[in-house]
Amino acid sequence: MNIVNFTPISSLTGGLLIGLSVALFFILNGRMIGISRIASNFLVSKKNRVENLLFLVGLILGPLIYNLISGQEINISISNSLILLVIGGFLVGFGTRLSSGCTSGHGISGISRFSLRSIISTITFMLVGILTVLIIGIS
Amino acid sequence: MNKIVSLLCGIIFGIGLVISQMINPAKVLGFLNLFGEWDPSLAFVMIGALIISSPSFHLFKNKEKPIFSSSFSIPNKKEIDKELIFGSILFGAGWGLVGLCPGPAITSIALFNVSSAIFVVSMFIGFYIASKTN
Repeated sequence: MNIVNFTPISSLTGGLLIGLSVALFFILNGRMIGISRIASNFLVSKKNRVENLLFLVGLILGPLIYNLISGQEINISISNSLILLVIGGFLVGFGTRLSSGCTSGHGISGISRFSLRSIISTITFMLVGILTVLIIGIS
Repeated sequence: MNKIVSLLCGIIFGIGLVISQMINPAKVLGFLNLFGEWDPSLAFVMIGALIISSPSFHLFKNKEKPIFSSSFSIPNKKEIDKELIFGSILFGAGWGLVGLCPGPAITSIALFNVSSAIFVVSMFIGFYIASKTN
């Protein structure tokens, strides 16, 4: 193990904002944020559809507003392999609905509640994620 | 008010994903690369989020009702079933393949990146099929 690109301050700051969003959504609207649930419910359920859509629109406005205020461009680096993107996207979509949560729903909202299901899910997807990166790195 | 709160919370969450760099798949893969060149930053995203969200949840969960809604809606499932484990495994594999999870994937639509758009479409197909088969 060799530690690189470590950015604890910006990561912590971003994390605090994410925590604030989860806290406000709970205190004001009474729901725990889980983005896979919000996105898939928007797709398949009429319940809270407008709220769910507005949350997703907010997510997309986030980087645009950040860019407008800070003037900083947002650069990302992502795979351009079609097969990897299609398989990866499908596994993330199907897997998070099967397990009823993703990094936000289990990893933040669920662990906030001390839910055993969420703790087990988070440990599982983190370990499998680490294993997947290890296998791809080797092959 | 519910609708305004939803939009605002989405914006705050999205900005948080940008500042923490969770929106960048390379950063996420660096975090998952525990046995190589490891970037531990994303552990701090989780710590930052939990120190706000967890106390807020425990302070308010016993209140009569949320401020702009008639009741709290909290997941109540307790069972550790095979769907939970199998789903988490599939999710972890997809996350490790590309470095995107649902929040950052949707947020990255703002960047007009073709790769993340392909990922998002495929993810929604996954949501749809899982919702229809379970």
